[in-house]
Amino acid sequence: MGGFKGGGLNMSISIRSLTLNEYLLPGNASCPGCPASIGLRMLGKALEGRYVLVIPACCSTIIEGPYPKSSYGVPVLNIAFAASPSAAAGIKAGFEVLGKGDIHVVVWAGDGGTADIGMASLSGAAERNDDIIYICYDNEAYMNTGIQRSSATPYAAWTTTTITGKSEHKKNLPMIMAAHKIPYVATASVAYPLDFVVKVRKAASIRGMKYIHLHSPCPTGWRFPSDKTVEVGRLAVQTGLWPLYEIDHGVFKLSDICKPLLDKRNRKPIEEYIKIQGRFSRISKEQLAELERYVESLWNEIALMIEKSKMSEGGC
Amino acid sequence: MAKTEILTGNYAVAYAAKLSRVQVISAYPITPQTSIVEKLDEFVESGELNAKYVRVESEHSAMAACIGAAATGARAFTATSSHGLMYMSELVWWAGLGKFPLVMAVVCRALAPPWSIWSEHNDVLAHRDSGWIIFFAEDNQEVLDLIIQSYRICEDERVLQPVMVALDAFILSHTSMPVSIPEQSDIDEYLPTPGSRRKPFILDPDDPLTHGNLTYPEYFMEIRYEIEKSMNSARRVIIEAGRRYGEITGRYYDSLVEDYRCGDADIVLVNVGSSCGDAKEAVDLLRDEGYKVGLLKLRTVRPFPFEDLRRICSGKRYIGVFDRNYSFGYGGILHCEVSSALSGIKVPIQGFIGGLGGRDITLDDYVWVFKILVDMADRGVEPKPPIWVGLRGVV
Amino acid sequence: MLKQLSWLILLLEVVELSYILPVSKPSEGASGFTGIWRSFKPVIDVGKCRKCLLCWLYCPEAAIKRVGDDYMSVEVDYRYCKGCGICANECPFKAIIMVKEG
Repeated sequence: MGGFKGGGLNMSISIRSLTLNEYLLPGNASCPGCPASIGLRMLGKALEGRYVLVIPACCSTIIEGPYPKSSYGVPVLNIAFAASPSAAAGIKAGFEVLGKGDIHVVVWAGDGGTADIGMASLSGAAERNDDIIYICYDNEAYMNTGIQRSSATPYAAWTTTTITGKSEHKKNLPMIMAAHKIPYVATASVAYPLDFVVKVRKAASIRGMKYIHLHSPCPTGWRFPSDKTVEVGRLAVQTGLWPLYEIDHGVFKLSDICKPLLDKRNRKPIEEYIKIQGRFSRISKEQLAELERYVESLWNEIALMIEKSKMSEGGC
Repeated sequence: MAKTEILTGNYAVAYAAKLSRVQVISAYPITPQTSIVEKLDEFVESGELNAKYVRVESEHSAMAACIGAAATGARAFTATSSHGLMYMSELVWWAGLGKFPLVMAVVCRALAPPWSIWSEHNDVLAHRDSGWIIFFAEDNQEVLDLIIQSYRICEDERVLQPVMVALDAFILSHTSMPVSIPEQSDIDEYLPTPGSRRKPFILDPDDPLTHGNLTYPEYFMEIRYEIEKSMNSARRVIIEAGRRYGEITGRYYDSLVEDYRCGDADIVLVNVGSSCGDAKEAVDLLRDEGYKVGLLKLRTVRPFPFEDLRRICSGKRYIGVFDRNYSFGYGGILHCEVSSALSGIKVPIQGFIGGLGGRDITLDDYVWVFKILVDMADRGVEPKPPIWVGLRGVV
Repeated sequence: MLKQLSWLILLLEVVELSYILPVSKPSEGASGFTGIWRSFKPVIDVGKCRKCLLCWLYCPEAAIKRVGDDYMSVEVDYRYCKGCGICANECPFKAIIMVKEG
């Protein structure tokens, strides 16, 4: 598993091939070690500026900095919390009638704006197959308001509204989106930026609704040192808690990084992920066992989906 | 040549949107607005109107989509009513405060509970402070004319604020009337080229701007004041747009108000919306009987026509204000606004409440209202709390 | 005095927009020189650097600049680096160390 360190090197594109241009400008208001900033930078490098951002209420409305300056080097429409997918649909419709349909419209929303308050409009955009790229940067709680639980907060995690640990599991947003039969769903992690860039570019090449769920470990909210953002993200993947995959036109593909994890023995123990995060500091043995069962069932489902996709592709 | 057709208010809206060559439509059905979006869908699907139709899952999303479309410079349109407007409310404010030029038809309907699908103005008036220009239409012709003019007004560089055109549920929305439909070529000349707008800003990767980011108190008030400047400019722009519209159609809208026989009147009633027609009839009837009465119809509620109101109402013996809405614990909303606008002018102002939840306001009701005002003027009595017209068990 | 100065800056910036609109322009340092937030600073040992660029890739702040003729060398823009330490933590060659400020 040692090869995972610096796993970004092993992807199909090289770091050197990324543009030197920055679309998230330095001197912004993000916390030190912010995962959303890594994501925003990589998004810019993936699409090289030919996109507009739609941002609902979330940490990224703070990261952009105060009037009359902005840290974003692309056009941005800030919009109400629950409204970003439909605002993006409107922008795309506008661009299409004006002959500017080549400009990508990207929603950049947190897990609260996606899995909770924005769920209805997201589902609406997915059902209509609006030609937008929706990226949920998932820091697993309402971080901008000060770490309250969201439906994307994992089981047993502390937040200011689950002070004894959350008693429910994380809502499985990527699978809910896949159930809408949209052309492209993917999971990604800020720990694997090149994988994310590849997935964004793939999304941009497809017409219709694209959904990418970007796992984003937040030092401020998860209570770990700011230099561990990437490390924590990597451990989430390596322990099997955050599998990386794509569902491309209904076909499930486990990302290469995660293929070894199909064999349970290749997964790191969950404790390694848990122990460096303050939010899990009071986790009990029973809760840990429940998380292990959760990972087990997650991978059983993945194995089934791989089988199903093989069958639908006609064997092999 | 303009042609005349028999249209419901809702179809007048749809025809006006088509004539305005709207480019993005996003709407969600709600009684009694639904036939607007159905008709527009028909126009789009038949190819008569070249527009993108975003069939959203809620009014909240409808306005969000219109804001998005307006942010690209495209001409956007939506329509709603009552609870739809309330559900949309957050984005209605977003559009007004963010300076997104677009047009919305609102079929005024009472809010529940109890459920009602009939007319009342509280839905629209709950949004009077949201930075929207608000028109009230009297008849279906005015509905069509105002929607078209609204695009010229909202896209004017001196304004750049969204416009709401209010029409009464059923009384206009579902009642057929003859409506003169202007020539497409005239409207094409009257309105700016659709999609040519670049102000106040557009989303353009070649000139990236961030709209609406965090603004500290030291800058915030100036951004708000800009909206008020736009609203003030809108008074002039509305008149210019109405005058130019008159030149091409013969129907002039060169004032924010309609002064119906107020010149030499002693008694003036202030009113908005469809029931102005009955009020005008009452004026004629009473004039025949020798009463010097007049009707002042407010065509815009925002911007509020202060000057017209003060000019027309000064020197009168008594002013009445008829409200098809209610602000609990205060009174009629327009009564409140008219009273404040007339401050310093010595004239008694009596409020009347009627037509709530679609209760009929008849010619007889208006005759009664005017006679009350005449009586109060003759006896020199002070105004009373608002009088509820036609309230059962109460005179 | 500071208040007046910020007003002057605003006026200069909005004058070309001709309206005071709720729109902002892209700018480095939108939230100031964020380097002052730092309590530890990353120091790159050029001798150990193998130019893998992982620090550049992972820097959340875009505060690691690629320099040199081939843009394969890296240096830290201390005006903006918040000192999160991700670069030091991720460097496979231990070529970046975090040094306490001051």
